[in-house]
Amino acid sequence: MSDTAATVTTITAKVFVTLKPSVFDPQGNTIGEALLSMGYGAVEDVRQGKYFELTVRAGSSDEARRLAEEIADRLLANPVIESYRVEVASDKDAA
Amino acid sequence: MKFAVVVFPGSNCDHDAYHAVKHVLGHDANFLWHKDTSLKGADAVILPGGFSYGDYLRTGAVARFSPVMKAVAELAADGGAVLGVCNGFQILQEAGLLEGAMLRNQSLKFRCEHVRVSVEQTDTPFTNLCRTGQVLKMPIAHGEGNFYAPPEVLERLERNRQVVFRYVDADGEPRAAANPNGSLHNIAGICNEARNVVALMPHPERACESALGSADGRLLFDSVVAAIRLAGRPAFGEPSGSLMANAGFLNPDS
Repeated sequence: MSDTAATVTTITAKVFVTLKPSVFDPQGNTIGEALLSMGYGAVEDVRQGKYFELTVRAGSSDEARRLAEEIADRLLANPVIESYRVEVASDKDAA
Repeated sequence: MKFAVVVFPGSNCDHDAYHAVKHVLGHDANFLWHKDTSLKGADAVILPGGFSYGDYLRTGAVARFSPVMKAVAELAADGGAVLGVCNGFQILQEAGLLEGAMLRNQSLKFRCEHVRVSVEQTDTPFTNLCRTGQVLKMPIAHGEGNFYAPPEVLERLERNRQVVFRYVDADGEPRAAANPNGSLHNIAGICNEARNVVALMPHPERACESALGSADGRLLFDSVVAAIRLAGRPAFGEPSGSLMANAGFLNPDS
């Protein structure tokens, strides 16, 4: 293991949780109807979701991603109705 | 007969449940704090309604990690009687002890009113004194009771007769107009495959005295008392189904 890989830094992992496409979203639907009544006819669909920023200590962006995915699996998303996506800045971006 | 009522931070129907089983029906009852690690000898456990952890993240999502839930899961695995009401239903789903999930009500409104549900299955510890198709009047009070399960799970729940309660109209029919929240198949309550874990969105504990508009909810608690007395121990869903065969005399339908 190189010295750089062993260095623990603070990394922000972004987790986006959304209802699965097959699950009806009454809130998104209501927002969509409101937009229509406001004159935004160009909006075809609205899906509401949740956004989390996890600030974690990790040795690499891969480690931060694995941690965020585990947390999303166990708590942040309910796999029955939701799916999630994790974004972590790469080590290169962070440098 | 000893009931335990679990209190999570944010539970608000815990005292209603305690009052119903202790003061109305005259059984032993204890509160369990969510940090308790033992059920203290309870024969049946009630997870009450409310807003555990403020419904933060998702309803029931945080409460399922409470220490007491390990003991609840052990009782459930051992065939013990577990009843989830409203938020208790949501917690059992998050804990994986029951299937499906609750979405926001289709109307986006918090619905607080009396509804009718039909008893679809009588071979559970909480419905064995009911008739199949019997219509019970109980109140609901929830914003997220819109039962959802993927098609294959829904099909399996129906095939295994795990849908225990359905929202129905005055004719006892599960029509769309009788559905207060958009639940698939008008589902108001289900049980697990072993049938010993039962949960519903309506509040039977608030329907145990005629002064409150209905005493139909007593049937659920009287049922579990009868089942446990008959079994001599809180065990249900044994492969032989022997308990419910023995309980047949209690059930006019069988």
